[in-house]
Amino acid sequence: MLFSPSYRSTPKQRVAITGAGIVTGLGAGWTPNADGFRTGARAFRPVTLFDVSGQRVRIAAEVDLPETLPDLNMTVREWRRMDRAARLLLMATREAWAQSGWRRDPSQSLPIVLGTTSGGMSLGEAYYRQAIRQPHRHRGQPTRVLHYQAQQQALTAAEAFGVRGPITVIANACASGANAIGHGWECIRNGHATRVLAGGFDALSQLVFAGFDSLQALSPTQCRPFDAQRDGLALGEGAAVVCLEAWEAAERRGARVLGEVIGYGAATDGHHLTQPHPDGAAAFASMTEACHRADVQAEQIGYVNAHGTGTPLNDSAEASAISRWAGPHANALAVSSTKASIGHLLGAAGAVEAVVCLMALEGQWLPPTATLRTPDPACGFEVVTKPRGARFDHALTNSFGFGGANATLILRRNP
Amino acid sequence: MSGVSVIGTGAVSPAGWGVAPLWDCVLANQPVPATPLPRPGWESPLMIRRAPQWKPRPAFLSHPRLRRASPISSYAVAAALEALGPEADPASQPPERLGIILCVMSGCVNYSRRFYDEVLEDPATASPLVFPETVFNAPASHLAALLGATGINYTLVGDPGVFPQGLALGADWLIEGRVEGCLVIGAEEGDWLTADAFRLFHRQLILGEGAGALYLKPQPEHGTPTRLSAVTDPHLFTRDQNRRQAANAMRAQLPAPKPGELLVDGRVGVERMDAAERIAWKDWRGDCVHPKTVLGEGLMAGSAWQCVIAVEALKRGRCSVATVSVVGCNEQAIGARFEGNIVAADVSPL
Repeated sequence: MLFSPSYRSTPKQRVAITGAGIVTGLGAGWTPNADGFRTGARAFRPVTLFDVSGQRVRIAAEVDLPETLPDLNMTVREWRRMDRAARLLLMATREAWAQSGWRRDPSQSLPIVLGTTSGGMSLGEAYYRQAIRQPHRHRGQPTRVLHYQAQQQALTAAEAFGVRGPITVIANACASGANAIGHGWECIRNGHATRVLAGGFDALSQLVFAGFDSLQALSPTQCRPFDAQRDGLALGEGAAVVCLEAWEAAERRGARVLGEVIGYGAATDGHHLTQPHPDGAAAFASMTEACHRADVQAEQIGYVNAHGTGTPLNDSAEASAISRWAGPHANALAVSSTKASIGHLLGAAGAVEAVVCLMALEGQWLPPTATLRTPDPACGFEVVTKPRGARFDHALTNSFGFGGANATLILRRNP
Repeated sequence: MSGVSVIGTGAVSPAGWGVAPLWDCVLANQPVPATPLPRPGWESPLMIRRAPQWKPRPAFLSHPRLRRASPISSYAVAAALEALGPEADPASQPPERLGIILCVMSGCVNYSRRFYDEVLEDPATASPLVFPETVFNAPASHLAALLGATGINYTLVGDPGVFPQGLALGADWLIEGRVEGCLVIGAEEGDWLTADAFRLFHRQLILGEGAGALYLKPQPEHGTPTRLSAVTDPHLFTRDQNRRQAANAMRAQLPAPKPGELLVDGRVGVERMDAAERIAWKDWRGDCVHPKTVLGEGLMAGSAWQCVIAVEALKRGRCSVATVSVVGCNEQAIGARFEGNIVAADVSPL
């Protein structure tokens, strides 16, 4: 039962990460992404997926998707029916699953928690175009309706890996991926599950690209988070999935533990639908709650993967929040935004950036924001601009979204 | 904490704005007339059961965040405020201690369609005012802004089975002390695009629009108000488990019926859609209502209406236990159960 009168709060479980999968514009899989983030590589190129000739901005961090995907419990026809978002999700899930060493066990419930902003939006767009241009032609439309929906993409992942839910799809705009991992963490921590598959995914789509362009939120030059001359964000696409597991269960089966999720905070900013409050109060609340639940202090955090979109308003509010949260320790804090490398992955961003933190913790390096030239004076902390090693045990990642959705995750290195 | 109470309910439906017209309409079992919904490129319109125009205009619509908001936001906010009752006053509780869970299936489709239409026409002139209203969590954000709520706020997406999942999540937040009160809202808005899509699968199906909301709080030490007593596992529709099997699995997980128990099922009056649920409950002997046969397929609003009706039946002494059965569109079958403080002998059946 999801809920019964016998439910009580129980002693909290530690939550290990035993698998992680990632797909971004830097490539598919841990190795190309770790190499890219460690060196501050950039993945932007002209958009080829849809017509951008009428847009102000014409670049994004597209992913090269394979035509076929082996080793999944699905047919070629099923693979072809899926849109990019579902394929990105399946690729990330496959890597995480393989790394975890989990086996198919349809008799066991395995919750799936995913974050996305737009699900299979490109199919929704195709549906609409046909519906208005050929209003009496229905060929292909039922498939588009079904596969457009985010729950269908989650169901597809469940089928592909032989798991039977429950499925939770969180659509908290650009905080969705972090919320999904945070919710998965809470499921295990509170004793509702032993394992959870959690992550985020989003593919580039014309509607969303044009939307950010209409807001003049896209950078016409270069995405430069925390730079005094920053002029906007860049979009990307991708997915990241982590296998979360009760620490004791992971230890019992001798699993390799990649790291540990130890804290999660969430807060809402009611200032404006698309703009944070200038003082970053909700970001501060989210970071503070995550630290409180993780039982760590700001000075224990060795690296902050900031939301850092590169928009003037986000970065100044976040800088204010980080500086306030870190207090006197701010000047010793290393912060960067990896959106300079792969763009803003929207519903996937929080999950991808959690995996970046995991990579950094494991490899003991700091991913740089390579495009930064002149730091915004609002930054009372160091923004990492050059690749370098570091010794640290805790990383914090922020994700903020439209609607004032704020989420923070804290990860710990497994020594 | 010993359990989770349902403190308030709220609704907007084709029957009207508020729980009272919803209750009266379902009890009368008279389908709300469907109205034409023009479909571009077609001579004959689609049909829909619209929520009626408000009368008088709700005061909350003058809030700056809601002036431009699409109907789904208005419906969600109206249902939430009704469920909160006096606690809608921001001073009534710390703003960070109210949780909000909004559940949607098709979500902000009016503005999404309108914005994409503008993009196809000329992306250079697509409205930056419309785009932000297309995100799934816009209604939940507007509600939080109106209430001054700064705590945890999720928008969950899926088929109508997600609403009972939202109730279980809200209960979990309360039990874990994450929040002191939690609003769980299901909402949808009508649009030709959604109606067109559903028509591909079920020609007789008529969609409805609106919202339903439950306000959950920890169960008090004394007194036994209406409480959430169970939410089953979600039983997914997969290759290995079809709708019928999933509905049966949901039924099997619910406790054996008690005297005076009411079933609020999700049948819509289209046999192909209803078959799994009808078969799962074929031996049901107690009272049963089917809100969606009179209100239309409200998607997430529909499963929220079911839960509102269940709670209202308990509050009005029309049952001792109320079970809600949701066999969703394409994801899952799930059940929820509510209990009140009335014994079976005192129930005045529907």
